[in-house]
Amino acid sequence: MTRLLDVENLTLEFDTDEGRITAVDEVSFSLEAGEIMGLVGESGSGKSVTAKSLMKLNASNAVYAPESKITLHLADGPVDIMSLNTSKELQVVRGGAISMIFQEPMASFAPAITIGDQMVEQLLIHTSMSALKAREVSIEMLNRVGIADAATRFGQYAFELSGGMRQRAMIAMALSTSPKLLIADEPTTALDVTIQAQVIDLMKDLVKDFGMGIVFITHDLGVIAQTADTVAVMYLGRVIEKGPVRQVIGNPSHPYTRGLINALPRLDDLDTPLSPIPGDIPSPLERPNGCVFSTRCGDYMGPKCSANIPTFSHISPDHMVACHLHQQGL
Amino acid sequence: MKQEVLISAKEVSVHYPISGGKLFGPKPVVRAVENVSLNIHKGSFFGLVGESGSGKTTLGRALLKAAPITSGIVNFNDGEVNYNLSNMDAKQLKDYRSRSQLIFQDPYAALSPRMTVRDIIAEPLEIMKITSSREETDTKVREIATKCRLNLEHLRRFPHAFSGGQRQRISIARALVSEPKFVVADESVAALDVSIQADVLNLLKEIQQEMGLTFLFISHDLSVVAHVCDHVAVMYFGRLVETAPTRELFSNPRHPYTKALLSAIPSLDPDAVNTAQKLEGEIPSASNPPPGCKFQTRCPNAIDVCRRDEPLLETVGEVSLEGEEHNVACHRWQELME
Repeated sequence: MTRLLDVENLTLEFDTDEGRITAVDEVSFSLEAGEIMGLVGESGSGKSVTAKSLMKLNASNAVYAPESKITLHLADGPVDIMSLNTSKELQVVRGGAISMIFQEPMASFAPAITIGDQMVEQLLIHTSMSALKAREVSIEMLNRVGIADAATRFGQYAFELSGGMRQRAMIAMALSTSPKLLIADEPTTALDVTIQAQVIDLMKDLVKDFGMGIVFITHDLGVIAQTADTVAVMYLGRVIEKGPVRQVIGNPSHPYTRGLINALPRLDDLDTPLSPIPGDIPSPLERPNGCVFSTRCGDYMGPKCSANIPTFSHISPDHMVACHLHQQGL
Repeated sequence: MKQEVLISAKEVSVHYPISGGKLFGPKPVVRAVENVSLNIHKGSFFGLVGESGSGKTTLGRALLKAAPITSGIVNFNDGEVNYNLSNMDAKQLKDYRSRSQLIFQDPYAALSPRMTVRDIIAEPLEIMKITSSREETDTKVREIATKCRLNLEHLRRFPHAFSGGQRQRISIARALVSEPKFVVADESVAALDVSIQADVLNLLKEIQQEMGLTFLFISHDLSVVAHVCDHVAVMYFGRLVETAPTRELFSNPRHPYTKALLSAIPSLDPDAVNTAQKLEGEIPSASNPPPGCKFQTRCPNAIDVCRRDEPLLETVGEVSLEGEEHNVACHRWQELME
């Protein structure tokens, strides 16, 4: 496997009227080509902000810490994304080497431009194709994602498509520039389960065919278990556990990951009552010192947890957890 | 002992007119709910599941008299009053409004940003003139807020200060303050994170038992329904395709659609092999329904009779002593059992 993406010490703050808010805090991960990485967490955990940083898509009040480093490894050498500033420079990654699928496909398509024109437009920007060729490629792509009668759909507007079809069109659009990295931000959350199953299958097929890497953002651990190879669990802007999906879900080692799994209603066990994680995610203005999860943790161990930020320790060579519970022996 | 029926719906249809059609001909309609019959027992937690566009919200609203009932009869009998929903005078309707309530999906949109939490919860009491003095109102508000695990200090604040889970608890308190008998919860946990979802579900269940409420719990999430409901009805394209006690439905689903829904839930086990058939296609357009069984366009088992005749609900097995039955609307359920 070849390394596709390295994120090191990504730290990002937002300047707001109420003060500086830390949205992402020392996040590091990497991704191989052909790999699907799940990014899981509750709303407010910073998973979308992290993903948007990969294309520097965050709002203009975002401040990246100087030690943040994002490297995208392309065929003609590595690209240091943090050093790209103007929109011209960023065009290499935005819609080119990196594409993004959003949660709400209705809000992501321009309502007054046909699906086809939107697909052709980006091909004309990012490739040297002729308009005719771009049209051909776009229709072929719509076909590929399972849209029947693609040539007709090509000339239609977003409102004429059903939810599942819109999400497919969105995927087709994201893939037509053959990106190396695809960011999928809750791509199945707005869909019904039967359609969700179709879209998940489609994405797995596409990874096999195109060999790109996917960062898959979701709050649904079930979806992660079915799609991802590796997973990183985020809470209040920090990655608290990461590793191969089998190990993290099979042997969750952070109290928060365990809490998330126990809160899930499971069909194979209807008798155990649901156990919520007590309390609410704190406001970003009241970030706890020490371990970010210490205010809600059932295994809270006093000052050690509330004063010191836990570093990563290894559960297995690839499975890492940031929790003081696992640092006792070391 | 046979359970008492709180709400009974007989062949209820809800049709909405749409534009188009001939000038003097019949106006075209969308059949949002078609020929639905069901009984909701007193004290039950009744689940209604289906994909978007299946008519579950419309049915829920029809039972609240918040959507027009085109034909059919809905009867409400809580032991004190007995109403036929299509035939109520203004006074009865007002009384029914205090006996039935709705909890909405989105706790961010459902609460007025200009009212304090206390005023939001007190509003139903004031409008329905249930309480006669401010002190009485305040007592009731505090009682229900405590039950819903809201901090009494928070009653003076405005909704923007609260997280999604807290807001949903405020919505629940507002719905329950008039002490209704029947509550429709429409996707009430869909917008919440899993950890908070579990908390709100536990709260609903607790309050239901404490106050002896009857719930209609509308959801697209089968695993949530499996955990809280005692009876489930599955809707597709405005029709009921299967109804059964929860455990029966999840262990012995009979309708191909129910089976497909169950198999589409992503399992937490990465190695789980999905043997069930996946559904192709999408729910058909409501303005152009297919003939025969409405599921035939996506059903892996469809044969000629499915494309011709619409199946009716049939009872599977025997009706239990409590009056619980398992019904399915499929021409081939018996063959498919083998």
